[in-house]
Amino acid sequence: MRPEHPPEFPLAVHDLTVAYHRKPVLWDVDLNIPDGSLAGIVGPNGAGKSTLLKACLDLIPATSGEALIYGKPYAEQRDLIAYVPQRESVDWDFPVSAQDVVAMGTYRKLGWFKRIGTTQKKQALAALEQVGIGHLANRQISQLSGGQQQRVFLARALVQDAQIYFMDEPFAAVDAATEQAIIELLQSLNARGKTVLCVHHDLATVSRYFDHLVLLNMRVVASGPTPETFTRENLQKTYGGKLNLLDDVAQALKNVGRP
Amino acid sequence: MDLEILRETLLLEQHNTRIVVISVALLGGTAGLIGSFLLLRKQSLLGDALSHATLPGIGIAFALMSAMGLSGKSLPGLLTGATITGLIGVLLVLAIRRSTRLKDDAAMGIVLSVFFGLGVAILNMVQKIPGQSSAGLDSFIYGSTASMVWSDFCLIIVTLLVTSVMTILILKELTLLCFDPDFASVDGWPTLRLDVILMGLVTAVTVVGLQAVGLILIIAFLITPPTAARFWTDDLKKLLWISTMIGAVSGWLGASISALYSNLPAGAIIVISASFIFLVSMIFGRARGVLPRYLRHLKLQKKVGRQHLLRSTFEILENTQSEAPLKNIPISMELLRKHRYWSKGELPRLIRQARAEDHIERQPSGELRLSESGFGEASRITRNHRLWEMYLIKHADIAPSHVDRDADMVEHLLGAEIVHQLEAELELAKSDIKSPHAI
Repeated sequence: MRPEHPPEFPLAVHDLTVAYHRKPVLWDVDLNIPDGSLAGIVGPNGAGKSTLLKACLDLIPATSGEALIYGKPYAEQRDLIAYVPQRESVDWDFPVSAQDVVAMGTYRKLGWFKRIGTTQKKQALAALEQVGIGHLANRQISQLSGGQQQRVFLARALVQDAQIYFMDEPFAAVDAATEQAIIELLQSLNARGKTVLCVHHDLATVSRYFDHLVLLNMRVVASGPTPETFTRENLQKTYGGKLNLLDDVAQALKNVGRP
Repeated sequence: MDLEILRETLLLEQHNTRIVVISVALLGGTAGLIGSFLLLRKQSLLGDALSHATLPGIGIAFALMSAMGLSGKSLPGLLTGATITGLIGVLLVLAIRRSTRLKDDAAMGIVLSVFFGLGVAILNMVQKIPGQSSAGLDSFIYGSTASMVWSDFCLIIVTLLVTSVMTILILKELTLLCFDPDFASVDGWPTLRLDVILMGLVTAVTVVGLQAVGLILIIAFLITPPTAARFWTDDLKKLLWISTMIGAVSGWLGASISALYSNLPAGAIIVISASFIFLVSMIFGRARGVLPRYLRHLKLQKKVGRQHLLRSTFEILENTQSEAPLKNIPISMELLRKHRYWSKGELPRLIRQARAEDHIERQPSGELRLSESGFGEASRITRNHRLWEMYLIKHADIAPSHVDRDADMVEHLLGAEIVHQLEAELELAKSDIKSPHAI
């Protein structure tokens, strides 16, 4: 038990360092995500945002340090976790339907060798309806738009019925209607006491979407409640001398405090 | 060729070919089933590296068994050797992939050629072992069904049944592994172990298929059936069935034909049969075949052209009349020609088509006039188009001047249901919607 990472935190990262081919991508990341928060991980390209998520989920080996889910290693807490990978991480030409993909969220509870039955199919359909594309359940996934594909991934995570949702860029390259639908969904999960952790890239929406914020650029620049963390100073530290981003930053700061 | 013999062979009536044909057809079916997952896991080349890496094992096993005073050509012994070096080859590919920054294809290319070269060299050396004839060992390279004996068939058939049953048992797990390994891993599935199991199944099929098909061509047996099946369906279960059937049919054809002409190697005929089925599937496949896709494209093109013509006519009617209600008056070809860009010969063709569909009539004066049904259709099409434009402007933040082109591309895909939604969303259920940009 580490005193600085008490077990009430759904995710506590302790001194995590990750390296690819000996080149460090994440340095000494140390943070606590509070229970029931809707948290964003924000930073420039190559800052290691997805890497942080993947290292927490044991998808990438950590060079040192560890991630704890409610005070225990991830492997003991899988039941509490749902994961939404980046949309581009899979081949959408795969010969399955939207409902088939969503039903994959039930596989863990089913266990080895058992096939999905009507219960699982109904669960999958209900989740698809919850994300607003129930009518596309039998569509082959390559015939869905980018936004619809993202909704399929979200529906799969809903079926997992977790406590903590890890989402890698759920808002990347989706249409405005889908973005709105996704954020409403995340907020409703949040309202039911779930913790949601999103890798995010759009500074303009940060203060509206997230109540907790982690600013990342290979190390944690700042982590805390959004109103205190989302400051000009912190953003400049995170984005450094990337001048073309200053406009974004200015725009983003204007939005602070908006509902 | 005597037709009677042909019939007897294809229908398995000749006793000595029956068992060969059955086992090769079973081999094809199993290869089609397991190959589907190899293909979906995007590891086809790894299967190729594996099969080439079996050759040194065959040579070494032969030498060892000869040295121990056993028969050098006992099939279980040879296949054990093949399995061992085959797996070493796969592990080597994985090791190179992990420890260097070489890309997969380079790692596989190196392993494949080195092991094959090594195998050829070893086979040459073992030929000089006194007292043992190594003749027939090279049948593992090109495949030959002639040298098979009863005990070989038992071994092959038992292995195939075991691997098929295992594959069917873990269908769900393999599907998840192939589609989204990261998700599978986070969900607690042992993805590494599943990958090893999949490679194990592929190894089993490859090794028992070596004798009949040969190590160069066995990869085609694993890959061709699922790629052909993919043209017919978008559903995994159907894909597995079709792939299994294609594999079995090519095995049956290949083994029968090579039994008829005893100097034709079975492997080559099997691959040619499978490729023929692949070609047919590529052209006619219902889901993704070239011909059905082309026909769908033609149909869409025809529909789009018809909509362009009717909408243009309707817009001209609107432009030339200032008062409602709109009257259906004849318009000249010239106006229509100037109204929008038509490719060469397009306008006369569209008009011919519209007249055949009874949407447009030619007046004695040479002018064109919409028929009653054509007028209704034209107003409906124009309305959909504008609904879509309004939708884009309102919801997608597209500049009004850019809308027309986007709408042209998408409106043809609008169904009645979407139009209904648009009306609801835009609160524009009125029938006369003005175009949001100058026509």
